[in-house]
Amino acid sequence: MADLTSAPEMLRTADGRPLKSALAQAQRKAKWRAFFLVAPLLAFVVLTFVFPILKMLERSVYHDGFSANAPTLTAWFAEHPAGAEVTEEAYAALVTDLAQMQKVKAAGEAGSRINYTVPGTISMFKSGARAAGKMVPPFKDALIANNKMWGDPLVWVAMRNASSPWTSDFYMVSTDMKRTVDGGLERVEDNQRIYVYLFVKTFGLSMVITVLCLLLAFPIGHLLAVLPMAKSNLLMILVLLPFWTSLLVRTSSWIAILQEQGIINDLMVWIGVIGDDGRVRMIYNQLGTIIVMTHILLPFMVLPLYSVMRVIPPSYARAARSLGATSWTTFRRIYLPQTLPGIAAGSLLVFILAVGYYITPALVGGADGQLISNLISFHMNKANWSMAAALAAILLGAVLILYWLYDQLIGIDRLKLG
Amino acid sequence: MALPIYASPLERVWYYTFRVLCALIFLFLVAPILIVIPLSFNVEPYFSFTHKMLTFDPTGYSMRWYDTLLTFGVNAPDDAVRDSSWWGMVWEQATWIKAAKNSLWIGMWATILATVLGTTAALGLSRPEMPYRRLIMAILISPMIVPIIIIGTGLFFFYSSACVSPESWLGMILSPFLSAKGCLANTHLGIILAHATLGIPFVIITVTATLSGFDQSLIRAAASLGANPRTTFFKVIMPLILPGVISGALFAFVTSFDEVVAVLFIAGPEQQTIPRQMWNGIREAISPAILAVATILVIVSITLLATVELLRRRSERLRGVTPH
Repeated sequence: MADLTSAPEMLRTADGRPLKSALAQAQRKAKWRAFFLVAPLLAFVVLTFVFPILKMLERSVYHDGFSANAPTLTAWFAEHPAGAEVTEEAYAALVTDLAQMQKVKAAGEAGSRINYTVPGTISMFKSGARAAGKMVPPFKDALIANNKMWGDPLVWVAMRNASSPWTSDFYMVSTDMKRTVDGGLERVEDNQRIYVYLFVKTFGLSMVITVLCLLLAFPIGHLLAVLPMAKSNLLMILVLLPFWTSLLVRTSSWIAILQEQGIINDLMVWIGVIGDDGRVRMIYNQLGTIIVMTHILLPFMVLPLYSVMRVIPPSYARAARSLGATSWTTFRRIYLPQTLPGIAAGSLLVFILAVGYYITPALVGGADGQLISNLISFHMNKANWSMAAALAAILLGAVLILYWLYDQLIGIDRLKLG
Repeated sequence: MALPIYASPLERVWYYTFRVLCALIFLFLVAPILIVIPLSFNVEPYFSFTHKMLTFDPTGYSMRWYDTLLTFGVNAPDDAVRDSSWWGMVWEQATWIKAAKNSLWIGMWATILATVLGTTAALGLSRPEMPYRRLIMAILISPMIVPIIIIGTGLFFFYSSACVSPESWLGMILSPFLSAKGCLANTHLGIILAHATLGIPFVIITVTATLSGFDQSLIRAAASLGANPRTTFFKVIMPLILPGVISGALFAFVTSFDEVVAVLFIAGPEQQTIPRQMWNGIREAISPAILAVATILVIVSITLLATVELLRRRSERLRGVTPH
């Protein structure tokens, strides 16, 4: 009889290696083989997607427009810590730099860097640079005579902060904050708070669009789920067709439908609901953004809802009815809770896509239907690279949080396309 | 979902109301797409149906906006004889045809890149032993989730800084693909790379979905019958996942063919594509010529959708899933 208490002999492969290490080696090999299949794409995506985004993030905290053009003053700031009195020496350094800026035509560049935090300084820098060559000591009085803003302590706080190319100023401006004389932060005046307002509006409009999509998608998702396969497949094509149609095509056809000389207005005039002079403006405003974006994002809500609704057994609802529940109670207590995974998946997806939408608001949004993406594009067109990058970084942060949430709740590998 | 025999009158009313409601929502989905087709034949430069169109008077309809697509940008008199030399000029000069050529060229290369890289990666990702599967998948899908304006902004910064000196050996080799300064900005290559990145998530999603129904023991069976990995791939794996690969490729192509924001940020005047031309048309002077382009694109998308649906059914039949 074998002695069961003694240590078992180590299992070995045919060529005498311990089985454990042979298995570990084989698994390691399989891991590497799988990884090598993914590696080329991963490298490609890092190069064309991750790296550009990192570059953008770098831009959002880096701007050398002032520091590169004002070396003398930068050196003075380095020697004198924050809070030090601005002496004649500092003004002399500033005049030296301004004179140099005039030579290389960089006053506008330096001024626009300061202008982000203290509005109205571009022209101050330009006129200062023009006059700097002829200035005589005392420079403080000479500069203040040129423009009295040169004596403003806020300008000096801004210049001190801009003397390092690495800065958080753009995030500060993006959240409607400004610096005080003693280096603290405070909110800007009410009438200048545009960025936070636009972020809030973007989230609010996305929420409205998500709710509208849900309200429209729920009935047709249900219908598709309960119809016989042949019929529901046919109707599914009606959901997928918008999905495959160019965004610009859908946007331009909505322009044809909603504009003041468009189909709906013509129809209403013809019926007599409104007079020819009472045509309703339904596009190039916030309403246009909402209608068109709801239409464009609706398939993204229908598809996840449908895939959840299809597997809900109809017997549960029948059981509830047979136990005496009214149809409303059956819907509220039995059917609706079972669709929640689909509602969550669809709503999150639509919301994520809506928050970053650009094309539709730009084309049909008019003045009040613009979202945060449009402001990013505006700053890009104005060559305010760092400002655009900071706004984009905040938007990116919001989207990545939602994406992470989606992955945790639903799992990205369950994302389906038709 | 037939109405049960015991349904109360209220339920009957709700049943039909629900059907009407659904019909209206389907109308909302499809009508805006189909309405551009008749409107594009309008003889007047309006975006609405004229009285003549509604009474089906043939003089209310015309092909003039399609004609505009051919002649816009062509340096020839309007009444020129349409012989072969005229068509040659149209082929070379017409703005929309140039845009179509650019779009097809960029779309083709972006699709090839996205499909080849995406399919290989999906094969690796669907192996159970793949390390960090979830994280890598999240990174590869993210171009679909991250707002395009952010990608465009990033690409703009990256392309204008990522340059190789035209004098260096690398710059010499790459010079046909790069701009005069040796950068990716304002080049076809730059847009192709960007569009491939945008198409990759679609390829990954469709191919991994096909692979999820793939029986891994088929690979072992092939190996036990003496097939080497290459033969196994081309004779066993490829035929089974091909429908998913083709749907992914079509998605990638449509993504590229419809993409305008990245193009606006990183393209130069030489890279005029159809969406960019449409964008300009909608923003500036909107004419029914846009609707003519839209009609052509709608027909293209209907064709693509039909192809994908047929492929999906074929794939389900092959995998033994009952079609639904």
